[in-house]
Amino acid sequence: MSDSTVIAQGAAADEHHAHPPYQRHHFETIGQQNDATNFAMWLFLLTEIMFFGGLFTAYLIYRNWYYPAFVAASHQLDIFWGGLNTLLLISSSFTMAMGVWCAETRKQSGLVLCLVLTFVLGLGFLGIKSIEYHEKWEKHHIPGLHFSTQSFADPESDTEVFEKYHDKALAPDMAAHTELYFFLYFAMTGMHALHMIIGIAILAFMIVRARAGAYTNGHLAFVENFGLYWHFVDIVWIFLFPLLYLISRH
Amino acid sequence: MSEHNEQEHHIVSPKVYLVILTALLVGTAVTIWASFIDMGPLNPIIALAIACTKAVLVILFFMHVKYSTKLTKLTVGAGVFTFLILVGMTLADYFTRAWGRW
Repeated sequence: MSDSTVIAQGAAADEHHAHPPYQRHHFETIGQQNDATNFAMWLFLLTEIMFFGGLFTAYLIYRNWYYPAFVAASHQLDIFWGGLNTLLLISSSFTMAMGVWCAETRKQSGLVLCLVLTFVLGLGFLGIKSIEYHEKWEKHHIPGLHFSTQSFADPESDTEVFEKYHDKALAPDMAAHTELYFFLYFAMTGMHALHMIIGIAILAFMIVRARAGAYTNGHLAFVENFGLYWHFVDIVWIFLFPLLYLISRH
Repeated sequence: MSEHNEQEHHIVSPKVYLVILTALLVGTAVTIWASFIDMGPLNPIIALAIACTKAVLVILFFMHVKYSTKLTKLTVGAGVFTFLILVGMTLADYFTRAWGRW
């Protein structure tokens, strides 16, 4: 027992070669370490894809079942806000990608600027989302005890939306199914927003670290893998926007 | 030889990122524009096709999969393939039955 420990320590001391301080001892090379981290990040993102995929599938199935309710309910969403949010999120993905480039080319101030821009664009997205959520609150379109089907059973009472779409009144049982649309709307955009909030918190942490000189010393695995997460959140929105806002205009 | 290439870290240039950003913005404009045209059942299909194209651009370039190791490419490909089987089979089952239509 004690013999083998001595041998192991002796072997480790002999084979210990020079390596950067951020390389863990159980990796042969820094390339191997980066590949392993990248692989792990993708495995995590795949579980996320499966998670959001379940929500998307539920949405498509119920939209097929209760088509008139889902069309009428989706008319409550404003394409302007949705489009603007798409613009913000795609831009934030670009600034994040530029941040990774700055880290790769060791430009510290550029990296900090890119991270701050990504942070601000992310906050802007959440701000617009909160305007949209607030409108749903005012109209009693949040599923639960105070949910009201008035906009769908009597569309003319909702003048602003009626002028745009001229929806016909839904039968009471179909109008009740709009609650399912809003449940899925809040579940999907809410989970997406939660991912944004977590991302923005990590961005704040990275901004502080980047200002102190981290990530531009050649060790940028954290920035790279956070970039993967941020782009994934962008991809989820790329699918949410058309499915929730756009495909039911007619 | 190929393993040696995989070890090297490929830096994607800002030019590529700018082109992809432009493509994504154009894609967003096209998908909004297409939603204003009544194409019946084609509307969701076109919207999803544009969304898939945008997603592929993000995955390949912003997420560097085009320049990644074979392991990463295989992981992403296998994951998307499994995902499509799960979603595709489920939707095929639900859409070809009359249940729920009451």
